[in-house]
Amino acid sequence: MTGRQKKMLVRIIAAAVLLAAGYLIPAQGWVRLVVFLVPYAVIGWDILWKAVRNISHGQVFDENFLMALATVGAFFTGEFPEAVAVMLFYQIGELFQSYAVGKSRQSIASLMDIRPDYANLERDGKTEQVDPEEVAVGDVILVKPGEKIPLDGVVLEGDSMVNTSALTGESVPREAYPGSDVISGCINQNGLLRIRVTKEFGESTVAKILDLVENSSSKKAKAENFITKFARWYTPAVVIAAVLLAVVPPLILQGGWNDWIHRALIFLVISCPCALVISVPLSFFGGIGGASRNGILVKGGNYLESLAHAETVVFDKTGTLTRGVFNVTAIHPNSFSEADLLELAALAESYSDHPISRSIREAYGKDPDLSRVTDVEELSGRGVRVRIDGKTVCAGNDKLMEETGVQWHPCHRVGTTVHIAVDGEYAGHIVISDEVKPDAVQAVSALKQQGISRTVMLTGDAKAVGESVAKELGLDEVHTELLPAGKVDCVEQLLKQKSAKGTLVFVGDGINDAPVLSRADIGIAMGAMGSDAAIEAADIVLMDDKPSKIADAIRIARKTLRIVTQNIVFALAVKGIVLLLGALGLANMWEAVFADVGVSVIAILNAMRALKNKL
Amino acid sequence: MKKIFKLTDLDCANCARKMEDAIRKIDGVQDVTVSFMTQKLTLVADDARFDEIVKEAAKVCRKVEPDCTINV
Repeated sequence: MTGRQKKMLVRIIAAAVLLAAGYLIPAQGWVRLVVFLVPYAVIGWDILWKAVRNISHGQVFDENFLMALATVGAFFTGEFPEAVAVMLFYQIGELFQSYAVGKSRQSIASLMDIRPDYANLERDGKTEQVDPEEVAVGDVILVKPGEKIPLDGVVLEGDSMVNTSALTGESVPREAYPGSDVISGCINQNGLLRIRVTKEFGESTVAKILDLVENSSSKKAKAENFITKFARWYTPAVVIAAVLLAVVPPLILQGGWNDWIHRALIFLVISCPCALVISVPLSFFGGIGGASRNGILVKGGNYLESLAHAETVVFDKTGTLTRGVFNVTAIHPNSFSEADLLELAALAESYSDHPISRSIREAYGKDPDLSRVTDVEELSGRGVRVRIDGKTVCAGNDKLMEETGVQWHPCHRVGTTVHIAVDGEYAGHIVISDEVKPDAVQAVSALKQQGISRTVMLTGDAKAVGESVAKELGLDEVHTELLPAGKVDCVEQLLKQKSAKGTLVFVGDGINDAPVLSRADIGIAMGAMGSDAAIEAADIVLMDDKPSKIADAIRIARKTLRIVTQNIVFALAVKGIVLLLGALGLANMWEAVFADVGVSVIAILNAMRALKNKL
Repeated sequence: MKKIFKLTDLDCANCARKMEDAIRKIDGVQDVTVSFMTQKLTLVADDARFDEIVKEAAKVCRKVEPDCTINV
């Protein structure tokens, strides 16, 4: 609690004790008035003062003024304890509101506690602590174990594990070794790292993320705008109704002034739209905060709102559903063991720099013994011919096999096939393909469970490859062999086919998807660690590259929106009912206080649930 | 020009809304958001008269919510 909040708490306790004492003292007449005026003054002096000050500034519908008017009015109609209680509860509500909001603001701030405070800059052989903003591109910085990496860079020296959980929600640390890129905001866990800075602070990942989160509350959701508009006429309307209620019925009925004024005062107590005005943005803020804890950055409440109505989800293939790197996915030997065939292939491809050769060597895992390989001959568009341990080995595509007259057979697996022949005998083949991400199947089925009616994959790849991936993942539709412009056309078509209320989500890796990301209702970029382009173009950014986070994001969005709807309906219903009962003379001050402060408190507590999104 | 200001002692959500409404009415203001959650004021206004508009906004704020100050 802040100092101000503590002072308020003391005043509330003092006033509550005095109010209780007021009940116990059997005073009558003006003594009784004084007995209740004391706690009233203790709890309400600042409200009265603000009311006077603000009315002099022309603020008629100021909540302080309305509260002052309602309570002073209650004194005039002889309801002394009620007047004090209304003021007391109003202050309790305000205190709670400020405490709750401060609390949730803090917890979001601590979630986003990734801003580095300093950098250890190497200068003339010495290191000194400087502000990260002072470090220039090309400077060398040291990051000790336990410190935050302050700027994006490349590791020069040192091996360590780097904790990215503040950025991605992922608890498995990443390895950092000489030559690897590291990202600001991560925590260096065990080894000392010397890093050459590649981006200045303002351009580094941590600054972009902070900027994004801090600005997210400026993009308001429809529900929020509705509440703002509603609040604009709600207070004046209720106040005017209160005035009419106080004046018209007694004039018509010729009397009963006290009773009608009492009913009007009830209206004034309910006239503040606080519960709504606070709880709706708090819910969105909490939802955005809860999402960012899971490595899902949302650029505004409006995106959370439209994500909740997601109906069609369109994926890019490479890098989104698949890893985007080529790997050996099958080894089918004819006469050797799998390991021998792979070794043979790795030796044959040991001099080539082709991506396929590289992936075979990577699968082999060891450094091939180059002394065993002689007479290397690269046959462009076909493969290689080499001598290994004195034997002629051919490794390449079907054309090469035809040329050398080897009896080969095609593979049933989709991907690029490398056939291997030893001394004219077919040895078998190795299949290389882009691997589907481990959680991609689960990502698609989770979306189906969430009621996403259409899942579509777009790819520039060949038909056979695209269709086999789509089948493996259980996607509804696939469009293959598309150029970037074709992807935009495809999304346009899908946008026309969806229902008016539903939205279309496009998920890409953000590298060359910018036009599609912006054309879709919601663009989600993934694997954004270190990619500025993705952070700029998308509405929602997934910090790691797990497609299963999409379903999580939708779940968070729906939960947030549910909370928002609950709050709006609940607050309006309670206020409406109490207004009606008040007009009929069936509600008293206590119910009015509940409709104002009680509803606020409940709505705030409900809104804070949005922050707690444990996945 | 767009600039973000920190707000001190903004402690009621409805006041934030009223401040936003009032600042929007200032001549030359293109867009404004007062975020109660982040206690920040985002102001987009004409470049030429920006400083003047900021002063005007601070004045309007004092009128609507005297407890709250804009940290210029």
